[in-house]
Amino acid sequence: MYIVKRFLTMLLTIWVIASLTFVIMKFIPGDPFASDADVLPEEVVENMRAKYNLDEPIPIQYVLYIKNLAMFDLGPSIQSETRTVNDIIASGFPASATLGLQSLLIAIVFGLLLGIIAALYHNRFLDYVSMVIAIVGISVPSFILAPLLINYFSVKWGLLPVASWGSFQHSILPTLALATTPLAVVARFMRSSMLDVMNQNYIKTADAKGLSSFKIVLKHGIRNAILPVVSFIGPLFVSLITGTFVIEKIFAIPGIGKYFVDSIFNRDYPVIMGTTVFFSVILVFTLFLIDISYRLIDPRIKLTSKGD
Amino acid sequence: MGKQLDSTLFRPADPTKLQADSIQRPSLSVWKDTLLSIVKNKLAVLGLVLLLVIIFFGIFGPSMVPYSASEQDLTGANIAPSGEHLFGTDDLGRDMWSRTWQGARVSLTIGFFAALIDLVIGVIVGGVSGYMAGRGKIGDRIDNILMRIVEILYGIPYLLVVILLMVIMEPGVLTIIIALSVTGWVGMARIIRGQVLQLKEQEYVMAAEKLGTSHAKIIFRHLLPNTLGIIIVNLTFTIPTAIFAEAFLSFLGLGVQAPFASWGTMANDALGVILSGQWWRLFFPAFMISLTMFAFNVFGDGLQDALDPQARN
Repeated sequence: MYIVKRFLTMLLTIWVIASLTFVIMKFIPGDPFASDADVLPEEVVENMRAKYNLDEPIPIQYVLYIKNLAMFDLGPSIQSETRTVNDIIASGFPASATLGLQSLLIAIVFGLLLGIIAALYHNRFLDYVSMVIAIVGISVPSFILAPLLINYFSVKWGLLPVASWGSFQHSILPTLALATTPLAVVARFMRSSMLDVMNQNYIKTADAKGLSSFKIVLKHGIRNAILPVVSFIGPLFVSLITGTFVIEKIFAIPGIGKYFVDSIFNRDYPVIMGTTVFFSVILVFTLFLIDISYRLIDPRIKLTSKGD
Repeated sequence: MGKQLDSTLFRPADPTKLQADSIQRPSLSVWKDTLLSIVKNKLAVLGLVLLLVIIFFGIFGPSMVPYSASEQDLTGANIAPSGEHLFGTDDLGRDMWSRTWQGARVSLTIGFFAALIDLVIGVIVGGVSGYMAGRGKIGDRIDNILMRIVEILYGIPYLLVVILLMVIMEPGVLTIIIALSVTGWVGMARIIRGQVLQLKEQEYVMAAEKLGTSHAKIIFRHLLPNTLGIIIVNLTFTIPTAIFAEAFLSFLGLGVQAPFASWGTMANDALGVILSGQWWRLFFPAFMISLTMFAFNVFGDGLQDALDPQARN
């Protein structure tokens, strides 16, 4: 019953996001055929409008869109005339998702490690080292790090390909550029949370009953401290796997990141709506899974009054 | 208990912990106590001083040199840092010292407001949502509604909202701040909610509840102070993230308009030229962002230690 209810709420949320986006999109001035209208005869432009239902009143356009959406049809793209929005997402998503998952993995593994080490060596050398790494990681964002990485690893030392996509080698530099900032954030969250937990009485109890430090950290420390990191990872996962505009542009990766930005500037209405709906579906589902995972990590947590 | 315990399994207790119960300090009010322990923490003081220095130069820096931030001098373009131009000049011959400090105003203002929204809306929404979850039908509904609002704000394309605001208002720092405020707090809200979900199952919350403490007091006096470490960490990231969000908007032509400078736009403009050896173009804005980050981090760490009585020994 809970699952059914949650599923209906998810659908409702996605519908609200789609509707609000539709309204804002139509409110903004601009026209997908603005550049064509100067060179093409009026009749041709009219015909093109009709093809995308843009000649209908806006409420009708909305109803038509939602109707197609209910059948998982995101419509044709205006900018790339031969492709549908479904095609665009299907062909670009694998690259974006691969890159996103790789970066996420690196950020989580090394971020957690760095954060735990920093907390265990609080105010000692290793703590300061991790702080410096974290500060550099966030002050040098991906759009600055990426050209620097290309300059050294590809241009000067010739170790890795400059750009483009295809093999694992191609994905190394963009993965690194994307992973740095989240790695720094994960490390800082884990450090702070771990410091809190290691001061708790149950840690002293575990120590007093003779549990090894390694086991204390693994069984009592990490499990109690990891919740903020899990909360942070949810939205991060969604934004990483749906592609990033800047990194995909710098490395010429055929992902879907650029469509989120380009579609808005081109007023490519079906692509704006399609990318938004796609993003929302992943978002809503991921946050649901994160909520469920809270209870797996800490069974004391109650999400609703019925106990689930 | 079938196993025999022999003496090799034991080690002597730490003798310094034997006096754990004794009163070692005179009693002080919370704020006095906090202030004292921040002052004693040298790194925290360093962080605070650094922040004040950056703010001081942000206010007075541009008027310390005879060049304005937007004044162009093509004959004096791309000069490396020297006595004349402390931070060098850019490709249009504008003085980088002047631009860096003028950029500090824009970037710090944006960072400050982003942090404020995070702190006020994000923390409260997260606290209320997490506390209300599982508290009867109405409680569940409050949590459900707040979290769906978070999802909706997160799902609507942010750029579309920015462009909408630019249509309604004129482009500028205020518009960017409002655009960042609409969605900037949702990350904080989710993280604080998660923390509160976990914390509210602790015994002291149950005790407070059974003693008849009001919901608001439990949230603000018992739960949120215990998430302080996470709040501070999140704030130290909100500030640079907002500074770079502004840079990204400028890159798309939606941010601070030329000839105004911000650290983000300066770093962005420098990307094309660092390979030709003009390191100062990227170094100064990036260094200032790092320095601000560093100052917030060490000050935040000090504040966290100072406000958490358990973290002290």
